[in-house]
Amino acid sequence: MTTQTHEGHYFVPNPSIYPAILSTGILLLVAGFILSITPDRDQTLAYLATPGKGMMLAGFLAIIYVLFGWFGKIVGESEGGKYKKWEDRSFRIGMIVFIASEVAFFAAFFGALFYMRVISVPEIANFDPQFTPYKDFLGTWPSAGPGGTVLGTEYKVPQFTPMGAWGIPAINTLLLLTSGATVTWAHWGLLNSNRRQLIIGLMMTVALGIAFLFLQGYEYHHAYSELGLTLGSGAYGATFFMLTGFHGFHVTLGTIMLIVILARSMKGHFTADHHFGFEGVAWYWHFVDVVWLLLFVLVYWL
Amino acid sequence: MSTATAAHHHDDHPTGIMRWLTTTNHKDIGTMYLTFSLIMFLVGGSMILAVRAELFQPGLQLMQPEFFNQLIGVHALVMIFAALMPAATGFANWMLPLQLGAPDMALPRLNNWGFWLLPPAAILLTAPFILALFGIGDGAIATGWTFYTPLSVQGGIGVDFAIFAVHLLGISSVMGSINVLVTIFNMRAPGMTLMKMPLFAWGWMITAFLLIATIPVLAGAVTMLLTDRHFGTHFFDAAGGGDPILFQHLFWFFGHPEVYILLLPVWGLIPHILSAFSRKPTYGYKAQIYSFWAIGILSVVVWAHHFFTVGLPIPALLYFMYSTMAISLPLAVLFFCWIATMWKGSMTFETPMLFATGWIILFGIGGLTGLILADVAADAQYHHSYFVVAHFHYTLFAGGIMGIMAGVYYWLPKMTGHMYSETLGKLHFWLTAIAFNVTFIPQFFLGLAGMPRRIPDYALQFSEFNMISTIGAFTLGLSQLIMVYNIVRCVRGGKKAEAKVWEGAEGLEWTLPSPPPYHSFTEQPVIK
Amino acid sequence: MAFQFLKKAGMGLMLAVWSLAAHAEYAWNFPKPVTPMAADTLLVHNKFMVIIMVIFVVVLGIMIYSIIRHRKSVGHKAADFTGPSTRSQVIWTLVPFAILLYIDFILMGIPAYHSVVLMEDTKNDSEMVIKVTGSQWRWQYEYMDGEAQGIKFVSNMTTPQEQIQNKTEKGEHYLLEVDNHVVLPVDKKVRILLTSNDVIHTWWVPAFGAARDAIPGFLRETWVKIEEPGTYRGQCKELCGKGHGFMPVVVDAVPEEQFKEWVASKKTEMSAASAGADKEWSKDELLTQGKAVYEKNCAVCHQPGGQGMPPAFPALTGSKIVTAPNFDADGKLMKDSHIDRVFNGKGMMPAWKGTLSDTDIAAVISYERNALGNSMGDLVQPSQIKALR
Ligand code: HEA
Ligand code: HEA
Ligand code: HEC
Ligand code: CUA
Ligand SMILES: [Cu+2]
Repeated sequence: MTTQTHEGHYFVPNPSIYPAILSTGILLLVAGFILSITPDRDQTLAYLATPGKGMMLAGFLAIIYVLFGWFGKIVGESEGGKYKKWEDRSFRIGMIVFIASEVAFFAAFFGALFYMRVISVPEIANFDPQFTPYKDFLGTWPSAGPGGTVLGTEYKVPQFTPMGAWGIPAINTLLLLTSGATVTWAHWGLLNSNRRQLIIGLMMTVALGIAFLFLQGYEYHHAYSELGLTLGSGAYGATFFMLTGFHGFHVTLGTIMLIVILARSMKGHFTADHHFGFEGVAWYWHFVDVVWLLLFVLVYWL
Repeated sequence: MSTATAAHHHDDHPTGIMRWLTTTNHKDIGTMYLTFSLIMFLVGGSMILAVRAELFQPGLQLMQPEFFNQLIGVHALVMIFAALMPAATGFANWMLPLQLGAPDMALPRLNNWGFWLLPPAAILLTAPFILALFGIGDGAIATGWTFYTPLSVQGGIGVDFAIFAVHLLGISSVMGSINVLVTIFNMRAPGMTLMKMPLFAWGWMITAFLLIATIPVLAGAVTMLLTDRHFGTHFFDAAGGGDPILFQHLFWFFGHPEVYILLLPVWGLIPHILSAFSRKPTYGYKAQIYSFWAIGILSVVVWAHHFFTVGLPIPALLYFMYSTMAISLPLAVLFFCWIATMWKGSMTFETPMLFATGWIILFGIGGLTGLILADVAADAQYHHSYFVVAHFHYTLFAGGIMGIMAGVYYWLPKMTGHMYSETLGKLHFWLTAIAFNVTFIPQFFLGLAGMPRRIPDYALQFSEFNMISTIGAFTLGLSQLIMVYNIVRCVRGGKKAEAKVWEGAEGLEWTLPSPPPYHSFTEQPVIK
Repeated sequence: MAFQFLKKAGMGLMLAVWSLAAHAEYAWNFPKPVTPMAADTLLVHNKFMVIIMVIFVVVLGIMIYSIIRHRKSVGHKAADFTGPSTRSQVIWTLVPFAILLYIDFILMGIPAYHSVVLMEDTKNDSEMVIKVTGSQWRWQYEYMDGEAQGIKFVSNMTTPQEQIQNKTEKGEHYLLEVDNHVVLPVDKKVRILLTSNDVIHTWWVPAFGAARDAIPGFLRETWVKIEEPGTYRGQCKELCGKGHGFMPVVVDAVPEEQFKEWVASKKTEMSAASAGADKEWSKDELLTQGKAVYEKNCAVCHQPGGQGMPPAFPALTGSKIVTAPNFDADGKLMKDSHIDRVFNGKGMMPAWKGTLSDTDIAAVISYERNALGNSMGDLVQPSQIKALR
């Protein structure tokens, strides 16, 4: 179904059932998740956990099905020559806007880190000494807070060692920076129609991504088992794990996307002047890279 | 809908329910958004009618306080996220391709997904009510629409449902915004530069930017709330070095721009109506665009005016007060341009124009009262009183919903191909305008006299005004049925509408027949 | 049904018109100010109201003029200017901009600046400090310095459930009455510290122009200097759960001497109470006292009959915790025992150790164990609670 225009034809896809299935899958996934965590707060609802897990699984399968189907279709359309310059530009603008929204998502967590570190922790430590309930709390960072009773549950300040910057995190920085370079190198290969360079470059990028994830997994294990640093370690623990965790999640997605385009490259997809799929993923990867640099400086180093 | 009338050789799409589930057509998707919005408006309205009935007299008559709290919060979430925002997105879907001379929205499949995320979100929002009937959990979110911690940390399963509803609504809005931005930047007809683009598209462009910048922050905030509730973090808890006020910062960093997200599409569409019925070109096209930009930028730096009473340091109070007041400057320019568009025109008052002029006055009241809320010292009195409730219904109902209604009457003939009943339309306007004021003017006085909001029962001196307000609300609610009837009638038939429905209307959408063909511009028009 | 409604509506309307005239004095504006801050806010508010009404009327006037003159039905032909392009159009467009600039930052901005500074000036020359703690759903007051230091009490709403449920006539101060009024001296600057035990509340008395949030884990402050003796009423105004509408603030402002007398009598009362904590209480005494405490503090959630509102609020009748022993074989308090739960709270259940006296806690626990359908037979003595502190 195409339309005659001055820029040629704009491709309007046929009706598609995938979006509706995707939404249903998401509904099942999140509703199931809610039910499965009910016992956390209300034991009388514990019987919901099992059906909840079932719903999550069903939703997850539906989502996977759609991902394969939908992306498969897009790849087919792309290879079928449906996407010209005009469509390509739509995808590019779309991807930029999407990445911008991801930036805003991370901004929320960086904002929380900034707020706790610069505003709330010092404030708690600096109430009028005559009246403060926290007599010997020092507002130094890293902090797990002064402790106290919250909504009836007592919170005892845990002892923990903060994560140093110059061990694994520094190595991880190197890994990600290198992977940014290798994916660019692969792009050059693509632009020069050097398929070998493209594939090797992508393979190295994937390998670096996996190495990063592996090291981060190790780091988490180390934090929980030896440093006493957990999600529950007050302000520091919460921001540390949420920021690095969401970043790690994005690296995982990025790596999967890289694997997909690697496979496509091996199949001979992409040409020097038609490869939005590749570029979209490369942009995403660079974005993940930049977020890590911020993390490294603001979470680990300073 | 009548766009279904066959006989166009491109119309090879499934029929029945499958047509709507699978469609990639911007008009079908627009229709779904608008229908969803109308249904949710009635749902959200019914909830608040129950609340107003409870507030008819002092004492508890109809419901327990918990249920009351659930109703107000869900009312607000439904009205804002499921009625007002989808209505604006529905218009964007219907009208942007028509106004820009494009064949369709830029990313049609994504567009469909954007819509189909909404019904699941609505289900998540309302499901806890139904689960509670079966003894599962204690009902929907009872924290008001603002999710304030630690009340929301303490709350029941309804909070979890609302958190994920917000996530889905957020994804939907981001998808919608991506589509709008790509369409605006990539699908305009040759020759239509940005500075020739209709104001509606401009309003939506700023809206989309704001959505992209703020919705993810809300998503982040409710995610932190979720981990505080279930996974042991201490973002919002002093014992761990966190702060409940952090949540308020994050929420309102989204929440304040949100009010302009809701209104910018309306500010874009009203000038079209004013100019059409004054038979005169829009005054100050550029000035309005610059004002949109100014509002968009200012809106993300003023958020703390929603919590002046938490005890911010003096410099912060002053900064947020003055920056908030600064938003009135571009709005003054907008008001001036609207009135200058009418000035020396040749006006007629069909229903859309009635709504548009009524809208200027009522939104003016909302905006001006907003201006005084910005004053820190007096806000200690206004804050969380009914004065604020009245302020934001003048902006949200009058400024938002009534603006959308103006658009509905303006574009309905174009969308359906039939004229609506002008008599019923006028009746609807007058009843709405009067009943609206009867409902909300008393609330200004209630607020000044010291009635806090979100209370199920009140002291005796507030009785009379509450009574009037409830009577107004029920009249207001019933009046909306006239509109529903009018729309249904118009969809099913009626006098045939011309391509150019209104004598003074300008824009590409009026060059296509009413209703427009299934694929809007098979040949992109060239703008000189 | 419909007829009933119409009848009610009609009556409501008549009532309303009548009472608008009768109550005009308080119903239209802020209450009469009794502190410098309230006076200032009222002034600022009135000034701003006039400003925005003038803007409204002027703009509306222009618009209505245009609507009347420039309509098709009176034969007006449309002009076709777009502007602002000519010089005069640009100036015209900037006029509202300039006017609002002046209003925002000079006319409104300068007085607003002074009010902010006044409002935040809590410490200078303050002569007395009290601490207000919000909790679901009552206020606690503590006098922090001077002769009144150490006075501490809880202030609960006293409006009976029957009035709220419309079973009896509503009293004059319906929903705005409490058992223990806060007593403050007039003409003294009182610094008010605010905090909370559970969720955010806002302490608000309209006649004082002071409203400030009470945030759990944080200290906030505001101040009042009441210039006229009297009883002033306000309410919590941050949504704090189901009892949000039922946590009033009542302040008695009294002359200095009377305040001193009140302090003295309160002190005697307190020493009597603490003496009471050391004596051995009889079963009857404990149960009578306990019933009163229960109805005031616990019945909101656990209901007057002890049946609770499951799943949110557990029943106490037959509760596993209430029907289990409090102390283990060595006489140590057990975790999740009855005393532990009441003393320390859990989740939605407040910790009462900061709110209730030893006697009250002992009494209410004894009451729960021997009434509400339970008959454990054992008593808890105030001294046992005192020993836990
Ligand atoms: C679409 C919705 C919308 C809009 C547009 C606005 C617009 C504004 N709002 Fe409002 N506001 C809300 C929705 C909105 N608001 C909501 C929902 C809340 C409560 C949220 C909650 O707590 O639940 C709120 C609360 C709120 C507060 C917090 C109050 C409190 O809780 O203590 C404040 C404080 O500064 C404020 C200020 C403003 C200001 C300065 C504007 C400015 O943008 C207004 C600028 C406009 C003008 C200055 C008008 C100019 C007019 C003329 C020049 C002439 C007009 C006259 C005629 C035509 C006759 N708003
Ligand atoms: C777009 C947003 C929007 C819209 C359109 C509305 C519409 C209305 N709102 Fe709402 N409202 C909010 C946003 C909105 N509101 C927000 C953000 C809050 C704050 C919540 C919080 O505190 O967290 C709020 C809170 C709020 C309160 C304060 C509650 C409290 O603090 O205790 C009140 C009280 O009167 C109220 C009233 C109304 C009324 C009467 C309407 C009317 O305009 C509704 C009219 C529509 C209908 C009534 C439905 C149509 C008709 C039918 C369904 C047919 C059946 C009708 C009959 C049989 C009569 N609203
Ligand atoms: C805010 C509402 C609220 C108030 C007021 C309240 N309670 Fe509770 N109470 C609860 C909740 C909720 C629980 C369940 C706590 C849990 O186990 O998570 C509870 C549990 C209890 C239990 C344990 C019952 C069981 O079987 O788990 C006892 C005993 C108790 N409360 C006594 C009291 C007393 C005594 C008072 C008044 C002095 C009181 N409560 C006031 C909400 C309240
Ligand atoms: Cu305490 Cu509302
Ligand atoms: Cu705002």
